[in-house]
Amino acid sequence: MIKYLQIFRVSLSERLAYRADFMLATVLRFLPMITTILLWQAVFTGSGQDELSGFTYRNMIAYLLLVHISRMFSSMPGLATGIARDIRDGNLKRYLLQPIDMQAYLLAYRGAHKVAYIATAGLPYAGLFFLCREFFDGFPEPPILAAYVLSLLLAFLLGFFFEVCMGMVGFWFLEVTSLLYVVNTLNFFVSGQMFPLDLLPAPWAELLKALPFQYLAYFPATVFLGKIEGWDLVRGLAVQAGWTLAFILLARWLYQRGLRRYSAFGS
Amino acid sequence: MPIIAAHNLAKTYRVFQKKEGLLGAVRGLFRREYKEVHAVAGVSFQIEPGEIVAFLGPNGAGKTTTLKMLSGLIYPTSGSAEVLGFVPWDRADAFRRRFALVMGQKNQLWWDLPAVDSFQLHKEIYSIPSDNFQRTVAELTELFHVKDLIRQPVRELSLGERMKMELIAALLHQPELLLLDEPTIGLDVVAQATIQRCLLEYNRTRGVTMLLTSHYMRDVEALCSRVIIINHGRLIYDGPLSGITEQFGQAKLIKLHFAESVPPDLARFGELTNGRGPVADLKVERSQVPLILAEILEKYPIVDMSVQDPPLDQMIARVFQEGPRQAPADSAREAQ
Repeated sequence: MIKYLQIFRVSLSERLAYRADFMLATVLRFLPMITTILLWQAVFTGSGQDELSGFTYRNMIAYLLLVHISRMFSSMPGLATGIARDIRDGNLKRYLLQPIDMQAYLLAYRGAHKVAYIATAGLPYAGLFFLCREFFDGFPEPPILAAYVLSLLLAFLLGFFFEVCMGMVGFWFLEVTSLLYVVNTLNFFVSGQMFPLDLLPAPWAELLKALPFQYLAYFPATVFLGKIEGWDLVRGLAVQAGWTLAFILLARWLYQRGLRRYSAFGS
Repeated sequence: MPIIAAHNLAKTYRVFQKKEGLLGAVRGLFRREYKEVHAVAGVSFQIEPGEIVAFLGPNGAGKTTTLKMLSGLIYPTSGSAEVLGFVPWDRADAFRRRFALVMGQKNQLWWDLPAVDSFQLHKEIYSIPSDNFQRTVAELTELFHVKDLIRQPVRELSLGERMKMELIAALLHQPELLLLDEPTIGLDVVAQATIQRCLLEYNRTRGVTMLLTSHYMRDVEALCSRVIIINHGRLIYDGPLSGITEQFGQAKLIKLHFAESVPPDLARFGELTNGRGPVADLKVERSQVPLILAEILEKYPIVDMSVQDPPLDQMIARVFQEGPRQAPADSAREAQ
């Protein structure tokens, strides 16, 4: 455990070297937000309604800002492709030769990456949310806020182990980038990043809410907006934790199976 | 107790056979045909503590596959091995702390970071105590003469410098066994010599056991007293370096310097590999050397002469071609 904390520390100092890149990336990532705001303004004006599936115009913009925060925790750019590439190019060897667990190492590394990113992107984010403060109905109560933070941390773990599972596909297929492209594009939709899942007609909304992907973006954002409360909130967090555990176990299992294959066939 | 004990180690790969053309590719989707490749077909050997052993063979002979089995990366199809008292493919942590594998064609260091950062990471991975780590880094950077370079990003280093950093990283946890897969590949003669000197020095002071593959006979001559040769997955020689000459070196090279120009009929004694002006190189069968020399000395005025073994490269090339130990008669016939 101490080993991985140290790896976290070393990786953190490495990642902080890129803080200027992070700042710029954050600012650039919010430019499309302006068009999104304009788009939804047009949608609401055009529909003539104040509310769409329980979301007012202000709610909607707040939601779309909040899914950015969700994804800041749950997105893992390059993780799955990196694992698949390590398998294909034989760099997986180092995890087999050295006394180190691949997933724990990558988790420590990713964790450091995220902390560095969130620490440096925090300032531009704060500025942006201040500019957009009129879209929010004030700050949530402490218990809701605590639940929100917990759901973000679980979103990080869920996102991490989901991507690890995707990367493990590299044990069986040499080429995984097109598969990952499809998954990521779908994910943008099914996680609720594009718009709140409630906007979909009944059977689809229910179906997508039964899948684990909503916990990567939709769930934390709606928790912050106070749309999920009481026992629903507790149950939501429990299900999110359940999915996270399921993907942790799946990642382990896939790694064991993959290694058996790798060790039998070589790289 | 031997550091490495391999017994009938064998590895068979199943390779997908793609048929020619588009039709073949489509057919391959439904019915796959596989071919069995016997990469290693039962090799046995033992390596004792402190030895530096060269592991030779042409490309595809099974060297890397054997190294991969000994380091626990792949399972054998049959046979057994014990390395440092462990079964390598169990990949016990205690085992992994005690050896290192360095591949000349693969780098383990972080490309964009100074080597010292990668060293730091190794310190954490292997849980090396701080004072121990500081001392080892100081010693090794001294030994390899790279003290000033450890703070430069690895991508800015030359190939030779990078290889030195790779070796230092591999030695930080003070492994008892070092497996080296072509450690000097692509390096110039000077860098090669430095690496050889450092490895030899490290072996002398620390007694670390080394098994190395290389295509450079200079490496072998500089480092190894013992040589294991495999070809087509089988062991064809295991013994001292000098033994190769005895067993396979059926030819000798006679270098002659005549007082006048080279006599035209010299080729009747053997293979004339060089004959310009008064100088000639004559390759003859070893048993014939005294007779031929006597005749030449009697017939022609000679300024200078010497009898040598053919270069190791040539000898090894012949060993690769000839395969398993053959009776001297066979080799002699081929030499004629």
